Amino acid sequence: MILLAILLLLAAGVVAWASERFIGANAPRWVSLTAFAAGLAWAAFECWSGAADGLYAAQSFEWIPRFGINVILELDGLSLLLVALTMFLGIVAVVSSWDEMETGHGFFQFNILWVMAGVVGVFTAMDLFLFFFFWEVMLIPMYFLIAIWGHENKGYASMKFFLFTQISGLLMLLAILALVFFTQAATGEVTFGYAALKNAGASLPADVRTWLMLGFFVAFATKLPSVPFHTWLPDAHTQAPTAGSVILAGILLKTGAYGIIRFAVPLFPEASLDFAWWGMLLGAASILYGGVMAFSQSDFKRLVAYSSIAHMGFVLLGVYAFNEQGMQGAVMTMIAHGFSTAALFMMAGALQQRLHTREMSRMGGLWKHAPRMGVMTMFFVVASVGTPGLGNFVGEFLALLGAFKQNVWLAVAATVGIVVAAVYGLHLLQRSFQGEPNPQIEAMDDFGFREMSVMALMMLGLVWLGVYPQPVLEMSAATIAGLGVLP
Amino acid sequence: MTLLQAQALLPYFVLSGGIALLLVLVAWLRSEIVAFAGALLVLFAALFALPTAFEAGAQVVDGIVRVDGFALFFFGLFALAAAVTAILAFRYLPARAAHRQEFYILLAIATLGAAVTASAVNFAGFMLGLEVLSVSLYVMVAYPEDAKPPLEAAAKYLVLSGAASSTILFGMALIYLVTGTLAFAYDGAEIARNDRAILVLGQALLLAGVFFKLSLVPFHMWTPDVYQGAPAPVTGFVATVSKGAVFAVLLRYALDADLFHSATAGSMVVLIGVLSMIGGNVLALLQTNIKRLLAYSSIAHMGYLLIALLVAGAPDGNRDLGVETALVYLVGYFAMTLAAFGVVTALSRTVEDAEELGAYTGLLWRQPVLAAVLVAAALSLAGIPLTVGFIVKFYVVAAGVEGAAWTLVWALIVGSAIGVYYYLRIVFAVIKRPTPDVAATRTAWEGVLATAALGVAMVALGVHPTPLLELLKAMLGGG
Repeated sequence: MILLAILLLLAAGVVAWASERFIGANAPRWVSLTAFAAGLAWAAFECWSGAADGLYAAQSFEWIPRFGINVILELDGLSLLLVALTMFLGIVAVVSSWDEMETGHGFFQFNILWVMAGVVGVFTAMDLFLFFFFWEVMLIPMYFLIAIWGHENKGYASMKFFLFTQISGLLMLLAILALVFFTQAATGEVTFGYAALKNAGASLPADVRTWLMLGFFVAFATKLPSVPFHTWLPDAHTQAPTAGSVILAGILLKTGAYGIIRFAVPLFPEASLDFAWWGMLLGAASILYGGVMAFSQSDFKRLVAYSSIAHMGFVLLGVYAFNEQGMQGAVMTMIAHGFSTAALFMMAGALQQRLHTREMSRMGGLWKHAPRMGVMTMFFVVASVGTPGLGNFVGEFLALLGAFKQNVWLAVAATVGIVVAAVYGLHLLQRSFQGEPNPQIEAMDDFGFREMSVMALMMLGLVWLGVYPQPVLEMSAATIAGLGVLP
Repeated sequence: MTLLQAQALLPYFVLSGGIALLLVLVAWLRSEIVAFAGALLVLFAALFALPTAFEAGAQVVDGIVRVDGFALFFFGLFALAAAVTAILAFRYLPARAAHRQEFYILLAIATLGAAVTASAVNFAGFMLGLEVLSVSLYVMVAYPEDAKPPLEAAAKYLVLSGAASSTILFGMALIYLVTGTLAFAYDGAEIARNDRAILVLGQALLLAGVFFKLSLVPFHMWTPDVYQGAPAPVTGFVATVSKGAVFAVLLRYALDADLFHSATAGSMVVLIGVLSMIGGNVLALLQTNIKRLLAYSSIAHMGYLLIALLVAGAPDGNRDLGVETALVYLVGYFAMTLAAFGVVTALSRTVEDAEELGAYTGLLWRQPVLAAVLVAAALSLAGIPLTVGFIVKFYVVAAGVEGAAWTLVWALIVGSAIGVYYYLRIVFAVIKRPTPDVAATRTAWEGVLATAALGVAMVALGVHPTPLLELLKAMLGGG
């Protein structure tokens, strides 16, 4: 079933591309929407049908027996949560760019569907070769999305995005291969299977483990991104078309976080434990750095982009706290951030489409023209800064709680970041929607039914996560316990 | 010659007999289509003779060639590449040359030379094959009449390649002086200590000549000029078949003569490999001409291939894995290089080749099929998954890690990282919005079909490489 879902997205991509030619310019987005809706329905079905042995679905078969490479796809609690988020944000991405571009609809939807297929593969692959395969598959369509439909500086931004991801990916490939061959030297068996490598990891020499762990960590920290590997993010997010930003911030960043939780830490638990202080330090640094940088932006989209760095800092902080609360907080932050940032990027795209600018100095008092957009912006800014009662608060609170147990000072530093978040969040809202109306703007279309319906869904999601997070926490708890790294 | 040997040599007989027939036929019937179809027919007939030859088992004929799975695998690869080249050239040549019949025969002769080179086990076979290949190539490079760049390229190629051939010959002479045999393999125990220096000198000269033909840094100077000046389909042929044949014989020589028994040869290869990977990729960054860019990229790719050579030949290496890696790598390299030059050829209907990167701006919106193939080829050359380029790069890194060739593996990582940049420049140009003033180019359907087939092959092998690996296993195991 998992492979079928991935193939569904891939096939839908081809169909969407072809449908533009044979049916019309409208067809691709409906194909895409249908595919994501079907994907979401599948995720819901797997959730409803329940887990056996911690797995909601699993399948495996031989792929390249020469190197012991198999197609192993497994859907456990964490994977299912993220796959469902992927499918949902697919819908958001399609809706948010419904009438953004004039030409190339088919190829645009093709790229969106293929990125998401790669992402679903990343979240479910349990063979390191397969994982790396999907890791790179999601890269090229994303590059196309930025390079073709991006804004004024798209060439630079897309190239930077690709180079950062590709180079760090090569380091990971080297680490994967070294892990496999060191394991072969110890056990005599060539395998890329996650379970086998996880067990064999302990037999490696300590310094080898540290280097391999760093190979994985750098790749994931670049994707996450964490200071000091973050410099691609502001450019890529700002230049990408709206759907691209929604996917990048909502989902692609989570693949980095997922990679740390699923691979970097469990494959090398001892080395990660030694590294934990550095991981938490990078997390706290990202929170503060992202916050301060966000505050100093004048570009709506760039501000949201920097705030993502700060939010992902909480993920890093939570994971390397090495306790139940920290991990849970990281997972919760991933999901809540997916909603809140996707909504804010959608808002940035809508504003750019209406005003042809992202500069906040050329906005102001927009609430008067578009009250619905104003309310939405306020809600998601409030969510994003971590107000109690909404999903982001639960995630950040748990991450800080976990971090506090490990290292008080880093936790205190990270908490300061929440104050900074409030500053830049309110700054964003005030400069764009509140204050004196900008005399140059005479009128602006408000959100219609289409936009409001996805916004409402994301609001519901955040409120649900904030008020009743228990089901999500339970789903991820089984996975976290299964990683076998917590004391 | 025994019957089994004759059976093993069947593809070679088919190819050389077919060439003789074609020569007579073309002298009598000056028809381009007959020469073209005849050459294709001969190439495919030779391909169909391969299974029969394989059944004969590994056969050494007169100590000159050894026809085994390794040699036959290369034979098939070269014949396929030659067929693609012929198809690409069919609509490309008319704008450039008045008499085109001999081109296809030269192509078949070059293929025969390459096949002999890849099966050589002594210096006579090596030289025979190499010269048959090279001399045909000089003419093919200069084939367009009245055009200066091909002539210039051919003159340069003739002089420099000739110099390399004589270096190889001199090296062979020195080795023969010491070992007393023309065969690659010799008994190292019988060589006096004083003669060792001469042997090493001979091997160094031989390697220098071979590295020249493979265009490895610092013997690469000719490559960009010849690639640029030669007609696009011939460039593709030089980049694949000529290099493949020379690499095959190098691999054979290194294994038979136990070349890396002395640490000097090993460190020389490591040094040249690092220089080629880094140098080729860095120089490619500066190019705006796609043929020159691909020339530098091929320098880097030959550098990656040296990892396989070293893993196969090193005393503590893994011979089987190294050979397998080299063959897999060459299959991928052939597919992606021919595809790239196929697109260049298909877009070059006028006398000028479509060489400048500017000619590819917005190709996706004008020629979606060719654009998709070029994007796939560029991504494959960069080693991105879903394409065969990833599988072969994975193979090389795996072999390098297994053989603990860490210096080369690091150079490969750095080189690939640099490489992504210029391959992406091609992709970026292709997907750019078209400027309205670019006229739509007319293309030949069979050229598009051939490149599309290569594109499909690149993706198919990238997603499902197991059939290729099984075939290789069967051929190498049986040989």
